[in-house]
Amino acid sequence: MISERRLDRRPKARSLFDRAILSRAVIDAFRKLDPRWQFRNPVMFVCEIGALVTLLFFLRDLRTHGPAGFDFAISVWLWFTVLFANFAEAVAEGRGKAQADFLRRTKSDTKARRVVAGREEVISSTELRKGDVFRVDAGELIAADGDVIAGAATVDESAITGESAPVIREAGGDRSSVTGGTRVLSDSILVQVTANPGEAFLDRMISLVEGAKRQKTPNEIALSILISGLTIIFLIAVATLSPYSIYAHTAQSVTVLIALLVCLIPTTIGGLLSAIGIAGMDRVLQRNVLAMSGRAVEASGDVDTLLLDKTGTITLGNRQATEFLPAPGIRIEDVARAAYLSSLSDETPEGRSIVVLSEQYGAAQGGKPADATFVPFSAYTRMSGVDVPGAAPIRKGAPDSIRTWAREQGAANADVLSAEVDRIARAGGTPLLLAQGGTILGAIQLKDILKPAMQQRFDRLRKMGIRTIMITGDNPLTAATIARESGVDDFLAEATPETKMALIRREQESGRLVAMTGDGTNDAPALAQADVGVAMNSGTQAAKEAANMVDLDSDPTKLIEIVEIGKQLLMTRGALTTFSIANDVAKYFAILPAMFRLAYPEIDALNVMHLSTAQSAILSAVIFNALIIIALIPLALRGVKYRPVGANIVLRDNVLWYGIGGVIVPFIGIKLIDALLTALHLT
Amino acid sequence: MNLFGWAQAVIFLLLVLLVTRPLGAYMARVFEGERTWFQPVFAPLERAFYRLCRIDPATEMSAASYLLATLAFSLIGLVYLYALLRTQKWLPLNPQHFDNLPADSAWNVAVSFMTNTNWQFYSGESTMSYLSQIAGLAWHNFVSAAVGITIAIAVIRGVTRTDRTTVGNFWVDVTRATLYVLLPISIAGCLLLVSQGIPQNFHAYQDVVSIEGFRQTITGGPMASQEVIKELGTNGGGFVNANSASPNENPTPLSNLLEMFLIFCIGAGLTYTYGRYAKDQRQGWALFVAMAILFAAGFTVAYASESAGNPLVHALGVSGGNMEGKECRFGVAASSLFAAVTTDTSCGAVNAMHDSFTPLGGLVPLANMQLGEIVYGGVGTGLYGMILFVVLTVFIAGLMVGRTPEYLGKKIERSHVQYAILAALVLPVFALIPTAISVLVPAGTATLGNAGAHGFSELLYGFTSTTENNGSAFAGLGGNTYFNILMGVVMLCGRFLFLIPAVLLAGSLAGKPRAPVTSGTFQTHSPVFVGLLIGVIIIVGALTFFPADALGPIVEHLQMLHGKSF
Repeated sequence: MISERRLDRRPKARSLFDRAILSRAVIDAFRKLDPRWQFRNPVMFVCEIGALVTLLFFLRDLRTHGPAGFDFAISVWLWFTVLFANFAEAVAEGRGKAQADFLRRTKSDTKARRVVAGREEVISSTELRKGDVFRVDAGELIAADGDVIAGAATVDESAITGESAPVIREAGGDRSSVTGGTRVLSDSILVQVTANPGEAFLDRMISLVEGAKRQKTPNEIALSILISGLTIIFLIAVATLSPYSIYAHTAQSVTVLIALLVCLIPTTIGGLLSAIGIAGMDRVLQRNVLAMSGRAVEASGDVDTLLLDKTGTITLGNRQATEFLPAPGIRIEDVARAAYLSSLSDETPEGRSIVVLSEQYGAAQGGKPADATFVPFSAYTRMSGVDVPGAAPIRKGAPDSIRTWAREQGAANADVLSAEVDRIARAGGTPLLLAQGGTILGAIQLKDILKPAMQQRFDRLRKMGIRTIMITGDNPLTAATIARESGVDDFLAEATPETKMALIRREQESGRLVAMTGDGTNDAPALAQADVGVAMNSGTQAAKEAANMVDLDSDPTKLIEIVEIGKQLLMTRGALTTFSIANDVAKYFAILPAMFRLAYPEIDALNVMHLSTAQSAILSAVIFNALIIIALIPLALRGVKYRPVGANIVLRDNVLWYGIGGVIVPFIGIKLIDALLTALHLT
Repeated sequence: MNLFGWAQAVIFLLLVLLVTRPLGAYMARVFEGERTWFQPVFAPLERAFYRLCRIDPATEMSAASYLLATLAFSLIGLVYLYALLRTQKWLPLNPQHFDNLPADSAWNVAVSFMTNTNWQFYSGESTMSYLSQIAGLAWHNFVSAAVGITIAIAVIRGVTRTDRTTVGNFWVDVTRATLYVLLPISIAGCLLLVSQGIPQNFHAYQDVVSIEGFRQTITGGPMASQEVIKELGTNGGGFVNANSASPNENPTPLSNLLEMFLIFCIGAGLTYTYGRYAKDQRQGWALFVAMAILFAAGFTVAYASESAGNPLVHALGVSGGNMEGKECRFGVAASSLFAAVTTDTSCGAVNAMHDSFTPLGGLVPLANMQLGEIVYGGVGTGLYGMILFVVLTVFIAGLMVGRTPEYLGKKIERSHVQYAILAALVLPVFALIPTAISVLVPAGTATLGNAGAHGFSELLYGFTSTTENNGSAFAGLGGNTYFNILMGVVMLCGRFLFLIPAVLLAGSLAGKPRAPVTSGTFQTHSPVFVGLLIGVIIIVGALTFFPADALGPIVEHLQMLHGKSF
């Protein structure tokens, strides 16, 4: 009854310059010539009008035998300028569109077994409404987004996340949400629908990756205003140049004036601006994070404070044995051997870690006893252990329980190691005592293990100007220790949803932008309050709805990468704006002497590039202006590399590269093009 | 160029540097109503004035109300001066029996002085009665300067304030600017100028027989009092036509130095005031340094070009720098310095004829204005002009470090960029478009003193000077009804269409919280930032005006090298 078509995995990565994407982009570039589309981008709109006007002049020249060849060449290159900009945008959109196509195929009309008053009825998935409950069995597709209200199942979410490893979804707790279009692999669950058809996660995902409802982000709008303002300034400068040149008895043709105008207006950034934004969103998607808006990605570049959950983000999430402390007079090898024996059958992560540690002391050499009886941990005894025939029983557990037990066995040293036990507790670890018969052998230190390389990550964040705050349910003492060891800047101990919320508000009131990750329902208010909230895909529906991003991999450290993408986005815009404006200097030196050489031969002193003829000078500048857009597409799509070395240094380097470089490059480029045109006798 | 010439510039800049801190700190205290030296003298006067005008000095205004008050105050001043000029014949203190001004001249003069421009198509000594000079022109010299300072203070408050969304009380600020800042310095400066020999009387002009036996008319009048505020308020309108080149207005090298000092001192002081308000003096010094570098660059080019002189003249056997249109008592260095100073600010007083400078020397005053007169600048206008440039620079630079741009911890967003761009459009629109119209209509070219590129420079200079409310002229441009009316409009737009977005920008920044400084925020007082700021100022100015300048002074310079003159 339910389609048995095997699910494809969503392709995670695809080359930016995939052949299919490129050929589609070429077609789109022409489609985007539609003036209604261009109108949204004032700089390129001016450029397109210029292309159109020069084309009309070319047509007139054909009739009147004017300088048709020159007008034609200028017009063609102005059209290319517009097309190149369109192409950049189309390539940026390409990968998202390919993803959207794939997701649309996933979205097939499935059947669902709706449960009404205890009875099941088979309906189409499109008939499911919010609040309905349906059953899904192993091998079936989940018909709609929802929360598991009964049962647990392994689910293959690869259609959405691209990850082939199945995940567990179960009723209650923070792993209850399921997504329509994914497949149950084992067991059976009851799901309550949380989204009507058309509003489902998959629908939102399609429209997001496709960029169908893409809105300009605040910063993008501000930058558009800046470059539109510059365009107006240049429009005035060039338009008034016409009467000035008439006064100087060297009236200029409209084609030449338009060529100058298009070279001056910031077409480089104007043409690439939307591509930069789309590519930024796309880079986030490549990291398997679904951003609900470009605004959120942009804001993540501004984050000042990062709230990180301790468990799973900073620590591995389970405690591990790190050290044996023998009691006076006991050899550490004996401690290790006893610990080894007592933990052989202990399947808890702590138990396994004790075995691993004790093996370092050669504890495994004595072999495994054949007929040992494992005594499992119970909340009542608060210890576990092993009884080996012919030897005294071994117990490990909470220090006070072990002392009591040892005393009962007639121990003489029941009070040893109290200083060590205290020290371990104070340092944020968990102390266990180990005893055999009437003798306390030693203490075992269990510790939260920090994820590797976290210290470097926090250093990197600090250099980016971001303060990290660890959120933990631990007591302040333990929290302080872990905070110190991991290198976070601050911590919130004994955290509750309320204190978390208060912390976010406090940070925001002092002008900081806060980012956090979360998965549980009780994280939802904080996720909504934070400026950047990233919900784990494994989390609850409430958390996902409150957040402005969803991490499909459910990796809390992903936030750091998102921050870098946000920064790259802004940096790329700034760098290309600077480059675009700096380019104008060379273009003036190319075009102005060419324009006024007839009236004022002396002005050739400004022709510092020694361009061959007036026409080749102007044409070279126009060609350079068009080609630079193509040349910068890879940079616009990949983004300027971000290095966390402090803002002042980043500023200095980028000013050198894109400011000073932006002044120099066109001098070289225009000269080369001119030399080429001259060599090929094209002017 | 020689050591003596450089020494003059260095001593001058050191004097400005010396006064920046005390004057800036003093102004900060004045505008925050804190105790100052002059309080015992002026406070009763101030209070009486508020009572009379029913002003509550404690009530603050939003940016919009502040602007409305500014506009209303300026409009009334405009009507008043116009009326005075149209009726001076029937009013007292007119010993020379000057006639009423015609409507178009009166309009031009009234706008010119109200907007702190002091563009003068007339010769003061043969047009203006003493009453018009002291009650009309001098009054505007004070209040138009006070309005400039007032606006700067409002903008400073908006940019720096985190606790309030208001920007101050216009009536209080304009009163304090006049009473506590302009008046005391003017009185002291006036006495110093009188000591140098500038007349201060109400006598009719005197006919005397000179040593050579010629009859000569010596002008008189309340000159020193007018002279001091002309410089201090960066007004620039001379009592006599020859302005500070005249021995009556500027008799000695010392008076010359003093006049230049007066032109720069308030503009420089305001950078320190700004640091005070920002609670970070480095922010103020960064602006000071950027301004000082631009000043030094302008002076160097002008001095080098004037010292090099004109090869065409050298060919005739006259060696040395270009002395045409310069006073012998000042020479090349002091004239170049004065030209740079008067156009770095919106002053427009001159001690030499800019029209007679070498083409590149003449390009410096023009370029100074084209950059927006932000080098210390017109009193107040220079500072808020600079802040607008800072906003643009911060926006571009901020993006390059990967954050939403911030200035003083406040995020620079869409509306701020919008206001900054609107203000940046004013100069190109009102300098380039009227020049373009003027080269096309007969009335525009009819009165040009020169042909070709030089004539074009005269027109371009005239409209740049009036848009920027500078008021210095390249000369060569004769007044007629066309210029009187058009330049009146240009001056009005240049002043207010720039000032309105500046205040609105400040208003939208007022009350915003300041984000804490982290290693992710770049410092707006670092050398890199100062360099970038200068780069943005030069590039925006150069890109806008390069085509026009290329057809004016630049081509003229190249032609001069090829032996061509006009």
